[in-house]
Amino acid sequence: MTQKKWPERWQEVNIGCIVFHPASAKEYHTGSWRALLPVWDNTKCIKCGVCYIFCPEGCISADENGYYSADLDYCKGCGICAHECWPKAIKMVGEGEDHV
Amino acid sequence: MSKRIGMEVAIAVAEAVALCRVDTIAAYPITPNTHVAEHLAEIVAEGRIHAEYITVESEHSAMSAVMGASATGARAFTATSSQGLMYMAEVLPIASAMRLPVVMVIANRAISGPLNIWNDHSDVMYQRDCGWISLFAENGQEMIDMTIQAFKIAEHQEVLLPVNVNMDGFQLTHMVEALELPDQGEVDAFLPPYKPYATLHPDRPVTMGALGVPEIFMEVMKAKDVALREAKKVILAVWEEWYGRFGRRYEPITSYRADDAEILLLTLGSVGETAEVAVDELRKQGKSVGLLKLKLWRPFPFAELRQAVSGARVLAVMDRAVSFGGPGGPVAAEVRSALYHELKRPLVLNYIIGLGGRDVTVEDFINLAERAALALSRGIEEPFEFYGVRGA
Repeated sequence: MTQKKWPERWQEVNIGCIVFHPASAKEYHTGSWRALLPVWDNTKCIKCGVCYIFCPEGCISADENGYYSADLDYCKGCGICAHECWPKAIKMVGEGEDHV
Repeated sequence: MSKRIGMEVAIAVAEAVALCRVDTIAAYPITPNTHVAEHLAEIVAEGRIHAEYITVESEHSAMSAVMGASATGARAFTATSSQGLMYMAEVLPIASAMRLPVVMVIANRAISGPLNIWNDHSDVMYQRDCGWISLFAENGQEMIDMTIQAFKIAEHQEVLLPVNVNMDGFQLTHMVEALELPDQGEVDAFLPPYKPYATLHPDRPVTMGALGVPEIFMEVMKAKDVALREAKKVILAVWEEWYGRFGRRYEPITSYRADDAEILLLTLGSVGETAEVAVDELRKQGKSVGLLKLKLWRPFPFAELRQAVSGARVLAVMDRAVSFGGPGGPVAAEVRSALYHELKRPLVLNYIIGLGGRDVTVEDFINLAERAALALSRGIEEPFEFYGVRGA
């Protein structure tokens, strides 16, 4: 069964807007809010994980080599990771800009 | 068996809350609600009921605490007045949006500026649009009855909305009246244990009070409005059941000698009994005067109002609050709005009376009814008037 993102009609609104399906916020992709994109330069990254710790969305994770990236379904592009990254390995670039 | 007692109304209201077997009480004392909060604290301290009494640091916390308790499935109660209600304001619409059936007694008192502890309706009118069911009692007996009814209405599976029950500060709270207090068996038979729709429990995770994004917010507001309107059916059914069990009848609008009256007065709260005496006096003089007493403020009883005024030529609405720079008093504004599309409707006069504890006497109501009669020939000169104000 596919879950609807939200009620189509007012009659379908749960009493008190109670959400009975745990972790349903995952279905809401906040990545569409993003104007800037964090891009990691792994030649500067020291794998300290400060980006992972400070990400308010909890959408940064490490790959099998210990390098970090953001889950773009949820990254809002707030830039906190880039601000906190003291080796300056993260750059915020405009969506759609050439960042390679 | 109910027992007939002489008791201060605020104390009796606390006894009525205890009879409802509440689980959680969080109340911050403020004049004139203080005796409700204090006496409930005594009842809990004496072990007469098994309830948690949370001594909070403010009314904002009191409201938040009863909402939290209600979300876990507890029957929760609070009481306040005036500035206390103002301080709760931020949380009040959240309680109704979350459909938490808490019950609050408001001992009505003027809101400050200048500081005033006496009675009018400016406190509850300021919170008019918070989405709560709102009842107004006329005397101590109605206050006891409505407090018990409030839990049944609020917790009904087709309602699940918070209810505030309003009693005039001092005029009711501090009066000793002859009252009939139901016994525990009678209340238990009327009011079953609260069966919540959903509760906060670690074994059954739910989210309450989640973010409402623009894509859903209007549907949620529509659902809330419909829930409050539809609650009227349950309110009427509960009042019918109450009449069957206790023999005291409740209606959204109680009429007094109004059936054939050309001139109608409309009141909210305890001044209704004063107005009754004035109506009796005027009827003795052969004047065609009657009285409507509004008991259900939210949801507003549109159909009952239209029916009740259908034969009248003038309707004088008494307001005990002001919408500054606006249409006069809030009750009259709503009454006029409710009648606007009626082809046949009475002239609607609006008198602002009894602000901040200013006394309103039988003579005042006689005077007001006589002035309303003059409007039949002269028409309406002013949309509203501060009645009895010096310097007119």
